[in-house]
Amino acid sequence: MAANVENSGIRYLNPPTVEVRKKKYCRFKKAGIKYVDYKDAEFLKKFLNEQGKILPRRITGTSLKFQRKVAQAIKRARAIALLPYVTDLLK
Amino acid sequence: MIKQYETVFIATPVLSDAQMKEAVAKYTDLIKNNGGEIVYEEDWGLKQLAYPIQHKTSGFYYLIEFKATPEFVALLETQYHRDERIIRYLTVALDKDAIAYAEHRRQVRAAKANAPQVEEAPKAEEIAEVEVEPEIAEEA
Repeated sequence: MAANVENSGIRYLNPPTVEVRKKKYCRFKKAGIKYVDYKDAEFLKKFLNEQGKILPRRITGTSLKFQRKVAQAIKRARAIALLPYVTDLLK
Repeated sequence: MIKQYETVFIATPVLSDAQMKEAVAKYTDLIKNNGGEIVYEEDWGLKQLAYPIQHKTSGFYYLIEFKATPEFVALLETQYHRDERIIRYLTVALDKDAIAYAEHRRQVRAAKANAPQVEEAPKAEEIAEVEVEPEIAEEA
């Protein structure tokens, strides 16, 4: 520690965080999936938060084209009671 | 014009096996008698519902894939609606990607049924499984 301070001359209370953000990507495009199945509730749960709400693209990284399909599939799954409309502690 | 459809219905859990078979037969016959063609059927059995429907917490799920005219779908849904045994139904038209997916799904399931010991090839979704969770934590 002491050696470091002498070398740099600048002291930080907390070490500066270096942001290494992983680039988000659309998993459907990457894996070449063309159809989002509403019958596969376990898969669709990846796109829901704990309350069963659909996660935004901002978070999942899904492309707009597939976000629409995911949303459609989730809504269908909800209609046939494979997924809840509202809940707590889904995961 | 013939299109391919897929329908899922949920029957009340109070039905006996014979009654369930009868209900299924009613709809398969309905499809066949109206110039439709059944492509695939699948019995999901008694499943827990994600939320109660008509005060019931479980139901018998049944999936039928069929080819028929759009006019027939309206007829089928009226029949569902009038049937007290059916508590929920969903009919979806399949596009070309959906048909390809359905075929793939059938093959995977058939392979699984034939060789339960042998590990099946991972499905498309399973390959795609990547963690979303860390990113969520980051945003929050």
